Amino acid sequence: MQPLLEVKNLTKYFPVKKGLFGRAGSVVKAVDGVNFKIYPGETMGLVGESGCGKSTTGRVILRLLEPTAGEIYFKGKNILNLPNEEMRRLRQKMQIIFQDPYASLNPRMTVGQIVGEPLKVFGLASGAELEKRVQKLLEYVGLAGYHARRYPHEFSGGQRQRVGIARALALNPELIICDEPVSALDVSIQSQVLNLLKDLQREFNFAYLFIAHGLNVVKHMSDRVGVMYLGQMVELADAKELYSTPLHPYTQALLSAVPVPDPKVKKKRIILKGDVPSPVNPPSGCRFHTRCFKCLDICSRQQPEFKEVKPNHWVACHAVQ
Amino acid sequence: MSDVLLKVENLKTHFFLDDGVVPAVDGVSFHLNRGETLAVVGESGSGKSITSLSIMRLIPNPPGRIVGGNIQFAGKNLLKLSEKEMREIRGNRISMIFQEPMTSLNPVYRVGDQISEALINHQGLKKKEAMEKAIEMLRLTGIPSPEKRAYDFPHQMSGGMRQRVMIAMALACRPELLIADEPTTALDVTIQAQILELMQELKEQLNTAIIMITHDLAVVAEMADRAVVMYCGKVVEEAPVEELFEKPLHPYTKGLLASIPRVEEEMEKLYQIEGTVPNLMHLPRGCAFAPRCPEAGSRCLGARPQLTPVSPTRKVSCWLVEGGVD
Repeated sequence: MQPLLEVKNLTKYFPVKKGLFGRAGSVVKAVDGVNFKIYPGETMGLVGESGCGKSTTGRVILRLLEPTAGEIYFKGKNILNLPNEEMRRLRQKMQIIFQDPYASLNPRMTVGQIVGEPLKVFGLASGAELEKRVQKLLEYVGLAGYHARRYPHEFSGGQRQRVGIARALALNPELIICDEPVSALDVSIQSQVLNLLKDLQREFNFAYLFIAHGLNVVKHMSDRVGVMYLGQMVELADAKELYSTPLHPYTQALLSAVPVPDPKVKKKRIILKGDVPSPVNPPSGCRFHTRCFKCLDICSRQQPEFKEVKPNHWVACHAVQ
Repeated sequence: MSDVLLKVENLKTHFFLDDGVVPAVDGVSFHLNRGETLAVVGESGSGKSITSLSIMRLIPNPPGRIVGGNIQFAGKNLLKLSEKEMREIRGNRISMIFQEPMTSLNPVYRVGDQISEALINHQGLKKKEAMEKAIEMLRLTGIPSPEKRAYDFPHQMSGGMRQRVMIAMALACRPELLIADEPTTALDVTIQAQILELMQELKEQLNTAIIMITHDLAVVAEMADRAVVMYCGKVVEEAPVEELFEKPLHPYTKGLLASIPRVEEEMEKLYQIEGTVPNLMHLPRGCAFAPRCPEAGSRCLGARPQLTPVSPTRKVSCWLVEGGVD
């Protein structure tokens, strides 16, 4: 099957300006050589701690940020070579839902205008037709038609996130990038939104790139999961496989650190020492070696290759055969 | 162990706004024993943070005011103390850790000086002695080379480190009670694991009682001995943690527990609590949870249930246990 999206060697460096006149100094290696594929209709999860580059990856795929290097293929076409007009049309097929439902909706537009804007911009509907489409979209996400006349401040966090989802649905996308869609929501609202996202996917059959730091949420949503550390993908496998037999020491530590909502379970924790190093000056060799409990001699000298060690289970670690 | 350190009785903290009164905390009662960890669980707007700020007497007035109730701490009613007496308790016998370590540390003072401040004010230490003690506290919280880091400014530290500084500061005077308001919410999982482990260790070493305010039931399961579940300014359930997770009695607690995605289980659909938290200014006449409750009956809509003991250790506020919902 042809992948819907394929990224090869995706790299994004941010220059760190120094001094008053902004002489380019060092660079932050936010994303550094990431490879993965997303197939039509599936959910690919991306987990990692803050600063690992998961959100930047999402933004670079939409070309909201231009990558420093690498290739991005959407349905076999390299979107980095597309002329502006063609890219603009392609954006209909790729949408994004943001983390903060307060910051991602324009407070001066009504919900109807927000949800209808993509349709208007692409000239797909206007007048009564537009109004009808907006009503339909609001119903899909569990809001009512009369909500279209209200402003974002009249809604709760969960409802706002539904508005953001309706806007993303407006153009019948094939890929939706969800960047921490439920991190800002309360537990009881979180499950409502997660169920909604799953129901919509079943109905419309689009693919998700689901970016989050909550390991339990990502497991629940994803078919496959990639784990990132300091700008690189360290492990990628089917969700079940990854959570039951994690191979990379970082994945193992990450999973063992998740608190379990059951007081009778006393887990054996792998407590990592120290903090994540700075992405301006990442450690040599394997980037995780400074905190790794399985560190070998070679790890500080040579970067491990990201290779398939079992069918569909990729890992970048010298200690894994 | 069953020596009561803190007893909150029928606490009411209301906020008087232009367009009405918000009963943020409305008749909350619970107690805490010495050396015990109590979790206060709830979603945004449940009143859990306001409860803790009321204990510290840090409610911004106006608009907020404690309008009723008692807070007994080691035999003293905190609500009757003068501001001066209260200052002697705050940071000394009761201290607090906040969620966002960046906004709760002063950016223009070195962290060592900030930790020293409590020691100088409360224990009358000289500046130099206080700094030595501060460095010792930083070492206790696992900060590498504390004698250097004590002279850092907060912005030179990572989030996890700053939270360690907050803990060092809170525990510097060996308080009897530590209130931790979402201490790990802003941190990544691996750092969260470090901080929770550190809090457990220090608690055992110093025998501090902890009130852990959190929305995260997993953190409750890890850390607490007992838990109080809050909804719309009221306690809906109180129980020892193991019993709470084994057999939650209040439908809200049941719903919360069922709606967390779990790593170890495969679930097609998550349980969801329908609807949203009501506006505190326009609470329903009956049980505040009734409009969202799958088990509600006619009685729930008409009258408010009371927090009722169902066993020596458990209390629930629900008509289901108080003689039926209809």
